[in-house]
Amino acid sequence: MQTLTNRSKPVNRKPMTWLEKLYVWNIAKGMAVTFIHIFKRKATISYPEQKRSFSKVFRGLHILNRDEEGRERCTACGLCAVACPAEAITMEAAERQKGEEHLYREEKYAAKYEINMLRCIFCGLCEEACPKDAIYLSQTFAPANYGRAGFIYGKENLLIPNPKEDPEGFNKARGERVMS
Amino acid sequence: MHLLAIDWFLLIEKAILILLIVTVCLVTAMYATWGERKVAAIIQDRRGPNRAGPFGLFQPLADGLKLFMKEEIIPNASVKFLFVLGPGIAMVTALMTSAVIPWGGTIHIFGRDIALQIADINVGILFVFAIVSMGVYGIMIGGWASNNKFSLLAAIRGASQMISYELPMGLALISLLMVTGSVRLGVFVDQQVNGVWNVVYQPLGFFIFFICALAECNRTPFDLPEAENELNFGYHQEYSSMKLGFYLFAEYINMFISGVVMSTLYFGGYDIPFVNEAAFGDVWWIGALEFLALMAKGLIFVFIFMWIRWTIPRFRYDQLMDLGWKKLVPLALLNMLITAVVVLWRN
Amino acid sequence: MSITQILFWVLTAMAIGSSLMMITRKNPVYSVLWLIMTFFAISGHYLLMNAQFLFIVNLIVYTGAIMVLFLYVLMLIDLRHDTEPRKNKWLKFAGAVAGGCLLLVIVAALKDSDIKSNVVQTGEGDIGLIANLGKALFNEYVVPFEISSILFLSAMVGAVVIGKKE
Repeated sequence: MQTLTNRSKPVNRKPMTWLEKLYVWNIAKGMAVTFIHIFKRKATISYPEQKRSFSKVFRGLHILNRDEEGRERCTACGLCAVACPAEAITMEAAERQKGEEHLYREEKYAAKYEINMLRCIFCGLCEEACPKDAIYLSQTFAPANYGRAGFIYGKENLLIPNPKEDPEGFNKARGERVMS
Repeated sequence: MHLLAIDWFLLIEKAILILLIVTVCLVTAMYATWGERKVAAIIQDRRGPNRAGPFGLFQPLADGLKLFMKEEIIPNASVKFLFVLGPGIAMVTALMTSAVIPWGGTIHIFGRDIALQIADINVGILFVFAIVSMGVYGIMIGGWASNNKFSLLAAIRGASQMISYELPMGLALISLLMVTGSVRLGVFVDQQVNGVWNVVYQPLGFFIFFICALAECNRTPFDLPEAENELNFGYHQEYSSMKLGFYLFAEYINMFISGVVMSTLYFGGYDIPFVNEAAFGDVWWIGALEFLALMAKGLIFVFIFMWIRWTIPRFRYDQLMDLGWKKLVPLALLNMLITAVVVLWRN
Repeated sequence: MSITQILFWVLTAMAIGSSLMMITRKNPVYSVLWLIMTFFAISGHYLLMNAQFLFIVNLIVYTGAIMVLFLYVLMLIDLRHDTEPRKNKWLKFAGAVAGGCLLLVIVAALKDSDIKSNVVQTGEGDIGLIANLGKALFNEYVVPFEISSILFLSAMVGAVVIGKKE
């Protein structure tokens, strides 16, 4: 058969000689290979102590963002839920009452905001759909859980710490992706 | 009364010795499982068990605890008595070989000469051979009693493999016996302590013996009785809990013991290399050192076994038989012939 | 009773008991396992007679090799009861008669011989040791020994010929 590229190497079908059939030499070569690997660098990262650094564009668990004054940005417009290809997001809207201006940025806010992390495919379309820069994908990932209910993240799991009360936690949760 | 005419001190001494050696074998086998996982890991650029205790040293304890806690399942269609007997035979035959191995020289302690050998019987190496050939019953009985086709196939494979490889092993041994002129293991070691290690006289014999030892221990590349990909789990497929543990454990004990036997036969036994033990005179710790030397030699063999396991894939069944009958047996016969000629010529 | 005697009787009981079990079992696999027990007991007797070499060779050859092959073959056979061929009643009767005749001949042959007057030596004697056995085999009995090895060789060749037929 004519080869299209020069990269392919024809298989050697020459019958083995008696010496080759004893396998000794080839086995010795193989053993040398494995022995060299004893001294090679280990690829493992010991997870809880050492963490793999993610790239800047890594898309992990979602966070619900706050502005500089610590008010929630989300207005429960539902664009993220519409954009979500896995239909992982559900929300319930509520109207902001008098005296809640320091809590919510707009007149309407999300009373309930749930993301099913088992459905979510971490595509980041919600992030792109959001007109208010309210939802971001952070650089952490969902920890293991025994039940399915544990993977449905409500507002209490998603909301970022208040930048005024806990600026350190805020910065940590925001990670490197959130620019605004 | 003859019954009371026993040397009670001898009895106590031997009992302690047996207890000691069996414990050593079991602990070594326990840590061999840890070692296997570590060796596998470092050969594959991983870290291996490192969570349970420092360097994962408590891993065998955790594994043992897990095996004890698992549900004990005896299949309804199995032959109950034989099903339980199988792992027991495997374990007993694995441990019995340690009885005739000289684990160290004679030590003087409490005014007595204590030989670090349970029984210096005058058919030593043949005894080892007999027990090894008996080891196949554990696999066969367990595999048959499971009433499972995979187990039965594995048992049959195991039996034919062991019988086939006993032959070149015995032939390699015969040429060694021609060199030493004795079958007593103590004599083997004495000759090597005072002279040259037997591997110098019998390199080919050692090579054949080593390959056969791999096959007798059911280690890769000869682990056809438990071939995971074709027979699911081989002869211990139906086993759970500590009965499975016994089978797995017996394999590691076999490995360690065959390492020690090979050291005794070909690598000077408890002889400490490049050191003249007699020069130190009568001190008790030289016995301990000799014991450690033998342990070290045995463990080196265990490491080589593991190293081979993580290098070479499994043989196909016809390749296995081919290697055994068409390569090793003629090679062993040739070795025997050459040895016989040389021995006669030198006499 | 000395320990040797106790061991002797225990081993004897074991040998006879397990051989009886062997011939009365319905399942051939059990028969083989009981036969292995019998061989162990007989090996123990060799040991009592200070014939360590015979003891160990009996173990290696019979329990370690021949019985493994027996077991090997039996495990491959379908052992269900309904596939077992019905034996003719007359065939059984003929078998019993033939076996009885053999027993009679053996008893008659042994009755007048001087074997029964020889008491077994326990714990002494060295005919069963390797050196003595080797000398006896290769001096006095060298011709029968070699002939038997030729017999084995021809049996092996025969087995290969039968195996190669197809």
